[in-house]
Amino acid sequence: MTATQRATDALIILALMLLAWQALHQAVGATALPAPLPTLSYLAKFLPTARFAANAWATLVSFFYALILSYALGLAIGIWMGIHRLSGAVGEPILISLYTLPKVTLYPVVLLIFGLSVSGRVTFGAMHGVLPVALLTMNAIRNIPPVYLKSARALRLSRWQTVFTVLLPATLPEVVSGLRIGFSLTLLGVLLAEMFAAKQGLGFLIINAMQLLQGEEMITVTLVLFVFAALANMLLLAIDHRLHRRV
Amino acid sequence: MNAIGWIRLAVIGAAVGALELASRSGLIDHRVVIAPSEMADALVRLLISGQANGQIALTFGIVIAAVLISVVVGFALGAAIHALPRVRQTLEPLFATYYAVPIFIFYPVMIAIFGLSVIPILLMGVLTALVAMIIATLNGLDRIPRVLMKVARVHRMGRLQTALRVSLPAAAPHLFTGIKLAVSYAFIGVIASEFLLAPAGLGRIISDAYSDFDNRRMYALMLLLIVVATLVNMALHALDQRWAQRRGIVRP
Repeated sequence: MTATQRATDALIILALMLLAWQALHQAVGATALPAPLPTLSYLAKFLPTARFAANAWATLVSFFYALILSYALGLAIGIWMGIHRLSGAVGEPILISLYTLPKVTLYPVVLLIFGLSVSGRVTFGAMHGVLPVALLTMNAIRNIPPVYLKSARALRLSRWQTVFTVLLPATLPEVVSGLRIGFSLTLLGVLLAEMFAAKQGLGFLIINAMQLLQGEEMITVTLVLFVFAALANMLLLAIDHRLHRRV
Repeated sequence: MNAIGWIRLAVIGAAVGALELASRSGLIDHRVVIAPSEMADALVRLLISGQANGQIALTFGIVIAAVLISVVVGFALGAAIHALPRVRQTLEPLFATYYAVPIFIFYPVMIAIFGLSVIPILLMGVLTALVAMIIATLNGLDRIPRVLMKVARVHRMGRLQTALRVSLPAAAPHLFTGIKLAVSYAFIGVIASEFLLAPAGLGRIISDAYSDFDNRRMYALMLLLIVVATLVNMALHALDQRWAQRRGIVRP
């Protein structure tokens, strides 16, 4: 697919979304859903404010720590379960059922342990992100052709040398796919935590604006998060595709 | 059950046992986590008392409705999009980003539009599950071996016959994957929405129990949810494995 074609497609989707938004606005009225144009002008006014900056910063900080935790734990668990076959066989179904569980309901437990703090939001975000990273890393290691490991043994590489010079490059594409999904789910976790119970952050802003019937602010923050998530995913997807093509 | 299954059971048993011990010995504060045996006891009592049964039925009813809608509509849309390559090409980037966007940020918008009722919750369930079903349908239809379509033509089958006797069975494993995903996504979509804000339902009463510091009730309901979600997923997985065996491909 050529670049112009892709750009046209993106524009078509964008136009359709705006049309749908406008149509929905006409159908339900301005109090329930403000029209695109007034919302966009509100967006332009809202983005430079200190209130937005403070809340966006709060979300970013929680998200950053949660992401580091997800990646570190997820990679550690994935590598361990990929290398140690028995742990992998025993643990995989457990991880999969945890993955499909609605983890939101466990947020009160996190709150009881950490209170209404950043650590709680970070933990909850990490709970969402760890599993896909671990599962995809494990699968990536399992799918390594055995001959790679044999040559590593023939070269008498140490355990760590094997990890860094054989396992890592061979598994990178799939691991990056896991990191991409982990990124999205960690963001989801952090935002859910902010929406359920927090006094700051973009998730809190959305819920707060809804309760105060400030439709424009609610849609504005939703839009900002939507664009952030979509752009980040597009970037990660491009890296992902490039790595997959390289092999 | 094989050795690995026993080890898995032992690991889970040990984890639950450790939690039980830590809780009974006072290592974990009772106000934070209660003992698993107490959770089970609270759940049994709650179910017998029937206090929460209406809420539980409501939530599972919404989940089932969301799954049915997503599977039927998702399959129909998937088949339609598959038949229109130009539309599909345009929608492809949307599918690629869909699950990267934290969908629950739209829940307040839904509430603003439809009011605080069952409708936004059902819609969130459908919105989370629908696209997985569409993608699975597209995958399934893409992977029908060409030779099968040729066989259908050799036998002079009509369009409907080809669809029912060749395409559908050939795409069935992928469609089933879609259904599996739709079930767990609808579950997450519905429960999470109820949990954030809802007039009633399982998610709502868990959140209420948390606000009331009623730990026994909260953990009982969480346990119920975890058990039901796990059992449903296990049942779907077992069904999948059995069909894979019948087709002669045993997937790990």
